[in-house]
Amino acid sequence: MLSRVGDRIYWMSRFMERAENMARLLGVTSNVVLFSTPETQQQNLLAPLTITGTGKAYFDRHAQASLPALIDFMGLDSENASSIYTCLKCARDNAHAVRWRITSEMWETLNATWIEMRGFKRDEVTGPEATRFFDWVKERSHLFRGVTYGTIMRGEAFNFSRLGTFIERADATARILDVKYHILLPRVEDVGGALDYYQWAALLRSVSSFETYRTIYRDRIYPINVAELLILDRRMPRSLAACLDQIEQSLSRVEGQNDHSAKRLAAELQARLVHGDIEEIFSGGLHEYLTEFLADVAELGRRIQRAYLGAL
Amino acid sequence: MYDEMHQGDGRTRAHYEGLAQWMASIAPDLLDEKRREADLLFHRVGITFAVYGDDEGTERLIPFDTIPRIIPESEWQHLCRGLIQRVTALNRFLHDIYHAQDILRAGVIPAEHVLTHDAYQVAMVGVDVPNEVYCHISGIDIVRDGSGQYFVLEDNLRTPSGVSYMLENRRMMMRLFPELFERYNVRPVEHYPQLLLEALHASGPRGVRDPVVVVLTPGEFNSAYFEHAFLAQQMGVELVEACDLFVKDAQVYMHTTSGHQRVDVIYRRIDDAYLDPLAFRQDSTLGVPGLLACYRAGNVAITNAIGTGVADDKSTYPYVPDMIRFYLSEEPILHNVPTWQLRKPADLRYALDHLPELVVKEVQGSGGYGMLIGPAASRAELDNFRKRIQAAPSNYIAQPTLALSTCPTFVESGIAPRHLDLRPFVLCGKECKLVPGGLTRVALTEGSLVVNSSQGGGTKDTWVVGS
Repeated sequence: MLSRVGDRIYWMSRFMERAENMARLLGVTSNVVLFSTPETQQQNLLAPLTITGTGKAYFDRHAQASLPALIDFMGLDSENASSIYTCLKCARDNAHAVRWRITSEMWETLNATWIEMRGFKRDEVTGPEATRFFDWVKERSHLFRGVTYGTIMRGEAFNFSRLGTFIERADATARILDVKYHILLPRVEDVGGALDYYQWAALLRSVSSFETYRTIYRDRIYPINVAELLILDRRMPRSLAACLDQIEQSLSRVEGQNDHSAKRLAAELQARLVHGDIEEIFSGGLHEYLTEFLADVAELGRRIQRAYLGAL
Repeated sequence: MYDEMHQGDGRTRAHYEGLAQWMASIAPDLLDEKRREADLLFHRVGITFAVYGDDEGTERLIPFDTIPRIIPESEWQHLCRGLIQRVTALNRFLHDIYHAQDILRAGVIPAEHVLTHDAYQVAMVGVDVPNEVYCHISGIDIVRDGSGQYFVLEDNLRTPSGVSYMLENRRMMMRLFPELFERYNVRPVEHYPQLLLEALHASGPRGVRDPVVVVLTPGEFNSAYFEHAFLAQQMGVELVEACDLFVKDAQVYMHTTSGHQRVDVIYRRIDDAYLDPLAFRQDSTLGVPGLLACYRAGNVAITNAIGTGVADDKSTYPYVPDMIRFYLSEEPILHNVPTWQLRKPADLRYALDHLPELVVKEVQGSGGYGMLIGPAASRAELDNFRKRIQAAPSNYIAQPTLALSTCPTFVESGIAPRHLDLRPFVLCGKECKLVPGGLTRVALTEGSLVVNSSQGGGTKDTWVVGS
């Protein structure tokens, strides 16, 4: 496959996954701020900005943090490179460039998504009906992944699409966990206690793992269990371990004798998660652990880019 | 005025009878409904083209008309013979002017016209191309005059486009009106990509058994990008941009996720001038440095060949009938539209005296840009054009304003006759072939003779029907 084509397919899937994660984050944010104390409300509102590093851009455009303004900025703002609007546009534009190498169903899904996106009115998205918009984004992302899985030949296009999806998801899960954990649990000594049930449930729901938590732990929500689930549990499809399983598998299927450094790093990261221990992670500091993980994933992304997809 | 569907006395022509009966039998708003459905489908699939210099959304649909244009098999056979004859002669001409130049020495075409022509590529002199074929894909524009006779209006031998619309229009018609295809024995066009791939394979460098074919596009912002992508996909070959290709040891390679792969045949949709910044325009970012050297060495095939523009230029067009006589010793089956070459003083004088009756075209122009339609022009436009002609007469040709044939077309006010043309595509690998059909373009504005999509023209499905 042409390197440029691999690059477009990889980014097409990354942007679609990014749109979904943003919708999840905004969904949970709009939910938790209703039940927050004044000080955590501010933190919760700022979380999506912190996670995407867009705080400054936001305050250049909006005087204060409010839910409608946040949703406007992260959902609809065409100037914001991390907004759902921009992600869906980028996903569609990347697909457009390679529409002849993906299936027509994939292209039509992304093109139709983009056409519908442009049809949303601001009030529909930022007002009380916002949840519908977030659900729509998630559904479109599910649809795209399903269509991809169900129609594309198992080959390089499939491999690079999967790589894009799971690199992005690993990055997003780690960021959400890092920021939310900090808000919900500012003091490390609280780690064993059961805290604000509603907030933790919302965090779990944002990564579709509330029911999974219940099934696995059959217990109250303990922060350490949440972290274990989202980092180490390979059965949980949005966990870091599950993402690395997929990344390692997809990379091992990429053909050719190009630079092996990406494959090596992926195998290494996967092994670390397979053999990871949650107590150990906490003893070194969760934030420190996640920071290092994010750096490793970024490095993996750079190596994939260099080895197969051409310079960025 | 010749109408494709109705005779002068208003009766329906025999080959339109089935369609007329069907149209009389359906609900009155069905056609409109289906047209809207087609628009939706085209949008969803993203069958669009980009319009240069248009600020609001660079992608637009080409309006699709649901009433087909029907050509009886006997007429098609005549067209087909004429087109193959013409393209064969044009290929002979191109080989000749880059080799022995017999036609110039015989004085059939002035040597200075060819040798000083902007599109004449000195780099091609003495280069032997596979099968001596230069034009692997030719789009020949055909019109009918008031009597219904077919004429060649223009040869497109560089990077003719539109074939994807021919294929998509057919697909759309079969989807919208399957019952019509039961009434008519419509000859299929769907195998065009297969014939194209065969022609490209047959054009590979000598000694390469299973050549790697690619389609070279300027990129996704090109107006015909949809078509480039479509053809690559239909043929199952890579669609490359210049940045995907590089030259090493006089061979062309592409960057892939598993290393470098050799390329043997490049179906390019980029003009000569941009192909190789080392050989042509140095500022080109669309080209591959060193490509020309590989081509001259016979290590890669480029289709269409470099330097075909000299043969399809409007100032060369008047000589094509003589080329047919010179190379094939045959009389042209399809005639040219009479043309005044304004570089000739007598022709210039005639044209200036009769400007309000004539169509004047820039010899280098295409896409309906830079032309004057005398009968439709205002006094100011005529005066303005007159000055431009006088400033550089050799840049222009003039032709009588043909009463292009019309066909019933769905427009705002209902069904009304609109002018149209026809672009069949001739493929040449080892021999020349066509699929029975072509792209019918239709001017949607009442009375308009400009069918180009860049000027708001639409398209129709084109049916060649057996009796």
